[in-house]
Amino acid sequence: MAWLTDADIEALGLTLRLATTVTVLLLLFGLPLAWWLAHTRSRWRRPIAAVVALPLVLPPTVLGFYLLMLLGPNGVVGRAMAALGLAALPFTFKGLVVASMLYSLPFVVQPLQNAFEAVGNRPLEVAACLRAGPLDRFFSIALPLALPGVVTAAVLSFAHTVGEFGVVLMIGGNIPGQTRVLSMRIYDHVQAGEYHQANVLSLCLLAVSFAALLAMSLLRTRRQTRD
Amino acid sequence: MTDSPHGLEAKLAWRRGALAFDIDLRLPPQGITALFGPSGAGKSSCLRAIAGLERDASGRMSFGSQLWQDSLHRVFVPTHRRRLGYVFQEPSLFTHRSVAGNLDFGYRRAGRPAHLDREGLIDRFGLRPLLPRRVDHLSGGERQRVAMVQALLSDPALLLFDEPLSALDGAARGDLMACLESLHATLRVPMIYVSHNVDEVARLADHLVLMEAGHVVAQGSLQDTLTRLDLPPALGEAVGAVIDGQVVDVDAQDQLVALEFAGGRLWLPYRHESVGQRLRCRIGARDVVLTKAPQEGTSALNQLPCRIIAVADADHPSQLLVQLDAGGNTLLARITRRSWYALALAPGSTAWAQVKAVALGL
Repeated sequence: MAWLTDADIEALGLTLRLATTVTVLLLLFGLPLAWWLAHTRSRWRRPIAAVVALPLVLPPTVLGFYLLMLLGPNGVVGRAMAALGLAALPFTFKGLVVASMLYSLPFVVQPLQNAFEAVGNRPLEVAACLRAGPLDRFFSIALPLALPGVVTAAVLSFAHTVGEFGVVLMIGGNIPGQTRVLSMRIYDHVQAGEYHQANVLSLCLLAVSFAALLAMSLLRTRRQTRD
Repeated sequence: MTDSPHGLEAKLAWRRGALAFDIDLRLPPQGITALFGPSGAGKSSCLRAIAGLERDASGRMSFGSQLWQDSLHRVFVPTHRRRLGYVFQEPSLFTHRSVAGNLDFGYRRAGRPAHLDREGLIDRFGLRPLLPRRVDHLSGGERQRVAMVQALLSDPALLLFDEPLSALDGAARGDLMACLESLHATLRVPMIYVSHNVDEVARLADHLVLMEAGHVVAQGSLQDTLTRLDLPPALGEAVGAVIDGQVVDVDAQDQLVALEFAGGRLWLPYRHESVGQRLRCRIGARDVVLTKAPQEGTSALNQLPCRIIAVADADHPSQLLVQLDAGGNTLLARITRRSWYALALAPGSTAWAQVKAVALGL
């Protein structure tokens, strides 16, 4: 008896690929944004922080709906992209990546921002007095000291992307190999009455979530005992 | 030092909370300058402004031939290009690096200059056994020593020390003070040393900048400034002479040393000095008794012949500050108005300054 069908395995692979892509891109994008939020004295800090946090409270379907409107052939972004000769994003893997990045943004930016704020200004000032320029200070002082925050951000982003459903449903659809992620597959199985298959896949997601939280907790305690 | 006749020159203004700063500084290109004043006078903020860490400070600042800051022409040399060695009040080391990693942070970025004796500094500050250790297990004194060597190894052109001893207690303080004194003797770059402790200042500084409520109220050589009569009450107990002399005798039996200077000879408590070494001692204005003639049968071990230069009102109406000349050294005595008239003292007249040896133990 097969535990996982080929379609299930395809969905699993797609999900992991999506979560990895989103996590890497979000870290690249979130590090400078979190740095800015932690250090700026601009009056735009609070509005921008609120926008970043919005996906925390917004129903995923609402986020997905507006993205669909925005990115679709009649949306502002969709039309601009068409004018530039770019393929439309909805119902593609790329569209899913964009949507997931928005959806998981606060899970990356907030731990990073907290970590940068905890590092504080003093080590950076000391480094500046020891001749380290701004980029040097970021990479040799701020980033290593904020590393636990970076790991937390990565784990949260990965786990959160693996588990999303509403956004995918709205903007990704259910195209095998393209947008049919694990959570969609579980939904399909349940619809078809295949409770056993749904259970196996659900256990996969459960395991991912549990492993993520365990990893984070272990990392934190190891750091504490070392300190 | 012929190529840079000027040290730091700064005319800066900025706000920090409720305190408005307006600083006008001219510091010599060598030696230790103490930035001295009561807590809350803004000494630390002033040091930060010199380092370029107070970004809203406006005005003009130059160091030697380099222009560091000029608001009119939008010049601002960022901190990392000013070649500073900054030691903060509370030791701030990089917790993700070992002691050696901390020491080498600035050393590597300065290009490991050959004229810096890395190994010698490590030994002088007793850091050799600590090198592989993590910094969060170090004691306060150890951290501050690491921070100092870290700053020295970054090949600074100007050292900025912000009350490096204030967080330390007894023994650690004494050790570090000895390190600083030995540093003073070999220092080739100027240092600005923030302190509110007059004994530290008397032992280390060559020049003094007195700060009060965000302003510079006096600056000049240490001896001259500490014996001025027109200083504000802020200086309080700090007023008094600083004598720089040479140890000429050690009385092992009585545990005293004799310090010879232009104005005579002073006996003071022995603290591991040896004959021939230079020594500074501070004579607080409150510890000087004036007499018309040398006394016999007094417990004061030191009596110096002086000439009265000037007199001024002290902060309490009952008292006067008398400025004295002892062989070219200026002393200060705080006496009552009643004594002044009882002894019929006047500027130009001679007097004897009695100083208890006990009062000279730092």
